[in-house]
Amino acid sequence: MEPADVGSNVTNLAELFAGPDHPPAHTLEERAQREDPALLKTLLEQMLLIRRFEEKAAELYTLGKIGGFCHLYIGQEAVAVGALSTLEPDDYVLTSYREHGHALVRGMDPGEVMAELYGKQSGVSKGKGGSMHLFDKRRSFLGGHAIVGGQIPLAAGAAFASKYLKQSRVTLGFFGEAAVNIGSFHESLNLAALWKLPVVFICENNRFGMGTPIERASSLYDLSQKACAYNMARTWVDGMDVLAVRESLKEAVDRARKESAPTLIEARTYRFMGHSMSDPAHGHYRTKSEVESQRRHDPIKNLSAALETIGVINAEFLEELDQKVRDIVEESVAFAERSPEPEPQELYTDIYVG
Amino acid sequence: MSILTYREALNQAMSEEMRRDETIVLMGEEVGFYNGAYKVSKGMLEEFGPMRVLDTPITELGFTGLGVGAAMAGLRPIVEMMTFNFAILALDQIVNSAAKMLYMSGGQFPVPMVLRGPGGSAHQLAAQHSQSLESWFCYVPGLKVVMPSTPADAKGLLKTAIRDDNPVVFIESEVLYGTRGEVPDGEHLVPLGIADVKRPGKDVTLIAHSKMVFVALDAAAELAKEGIEAEVIDPRTLRPLDTETLVESVKKTNRAVIVEEGWPFCGVGAQIVDTIQSRAFDYLDAPILRVTGADVPTPYAKNLEHLAFPDKQKVMDAVNKVLYRT
Repeated sequence: MEPADVGSNVTNLAELFAGPDHPPAHTLEERAQREDPALLKTLLEQMLLIRRFEEKAAELYTLGKIGGFCHLYIGQEAVAVGALSTLEPDDYVLTSYREHGHALVRGMDPGEVMAELYGKQSGVSKGKGGSMHLFDKRRSFLGGHAIVGGQIPLAAGAAFASKYLKQSRVTLGFFGEAAVNIGSFHESLNLAALWKLPVVFICENNRFGMGTPIERASSLYDLSQKACAYNMARTWVDGMDVLAVRESLKEAVDRARKESAPTLIEARTYRFMGHSMSDPAHGHYRTKSEVESQRRHDPIKNLSAALETIGVINAEFLEELDQKVRDIVEESVAFAERSPEPEPQELYTDIYVG
Repeated sequence: MSILTYREALNQAMSEEMRRDETIVLMGEEVGFYNGAYKVSKGMLEEFGPMRVLDTPITELGFTGLGVGAAMAGLRPIVEMMTFNFAILALDQIVNSAAKMLYMSGGQFPVPMVLRGPGGSAHQLAAQHSQSLESWFCYVPGLKVVMPSTPADAKGLLKTAIRDDNPVVFIESEVLYGTRGEVPDGEHLVPLGIADVKRPGKDVTLIAHSKMVFVALDAAAELAKEGIEAEVIDPRTLRPLDTETLVESVKKTNRAVIVEEGWPFCGVGAQIVDTIQSRAFDYLDAPILRVTGADVPTPYAKNLEHLAFPDKQKVMDAVNKVLYRT
């Protein structure tokens, strides 16, 4: 007897993610021309900083300088950069464990982030959190959380607090597409819609929950439709297009701030690296050619090419920018290297207040 | 001083604290319009309004996590579990978020929140609605665990728990809600981590929490008729545990019996035994005995249910054993 087929009937991922079925009316170049050049350069620099920072982190991981789990964001940079570019400084941000990028864009010191990855006292979480638990109260960064979906109710809670306290703060809650199948996602979306909370839920759909492609994990592929069950505004966006992400977030952040209403945004993206440092970029669950074809949508290359085309930057600028972020990354490594480990007595601090 | 029920004492504690501090909110299933599944929050919606007394959908994981997030962002939520049986659904948020947030964030994010509601056995509610899960919470560093037995302690401990900057698991007793006792009016604060000697004695130490305190007191009264003076100690807070008071008592009586409703394996009493033997080994004249719930899911049938939990006779039997009386 043949076993029952529990997989999906979608066999062609490329077809599933062929691109927006309602693409932006204008090309990236056309849209970039309407933006402030300084902003465009900042977005490019932030994406490049994440890329170089994480390439270095990967290298340091293989050298044993960074331990534990280390989940890289390479390929997904446009989502964090585009989304966080719409925030005010005291808006709240919560993410999953793939959060180095969000932390850097939120303005955390790269040295302190790298020191956290190193497990040093000078790390953003004093070396007690590591790669998956970056926190920064000064920047309203309420953490990287490492149980899939665990941060989603926390995001609703932060949004509830700001609404209750009559602050005009907005909360952004990031999670991967695999989290939309877990209970906390559904419970939180229902509460957020029911209580009209000023929160934007951003599903970064990088197509794989570890090694399981979305079509083998979700009965629905257009994930933003999940919002319909909760009577919540929704949209989806090309997560490889930083300006599209920014536009989409602006609208949702506005809705949260002005109407105190939540939104679910699905950003369709792709991670170029493995799920974590312990698995390769391609292997048994996806082919090399798939990853290579996705690299054609590299958000950094696309933006820099567009900006060159419209004359906002040139090759020389790009080279200098790359050198600038490489220097920042090198300095972050030097800072982490020279920072001391936590004192042994730190083992027993920060368990209780008082 | 007023005579209040345990239920009214809890209501008074929350109401007084909410009048004092506007960042305190109460949320949970049926806490508002229904006045609380056990009427603990009776009248609070009327006084504080729907923004501060929030009825939630049946979604323990969701609203507990929401409470943690709100606590990280400046509020002091009281999250009511209709019963602690349902807290099992919220364990991820209690253990992985509330308890660990301060540590994971290197001290940046305290979680000032109280998770409260009834726990323990009740009458013929069967396996899923009648059980003692306090040892689960006691196990986790970062949580405090409080279990009051009297109306006065219920008020004083809850007020303190609400003011504590840490997540406090506050487990009430379903069958004690209607019990009455003297409760100090107004500012009555009982510190966490301090045990209370509910009856002084010199021959044996009985350690019991929540409604088992009354089983222990009943046994002590009966034993007194036989000339045995049992000291009954209610730890009141299980974490942090008032080791000092327990150890000092055992140094005096040289014998101890621990009475708890929970299951024996890895139960709270096992931890108390370890604490006492490591600190007062040379003072012990007999092995410490435990009277616990039976190691079974709680049965429905009345006679079986009765067999499943400690009672006066079981406690007296254990006391006789540690006193080597036959």
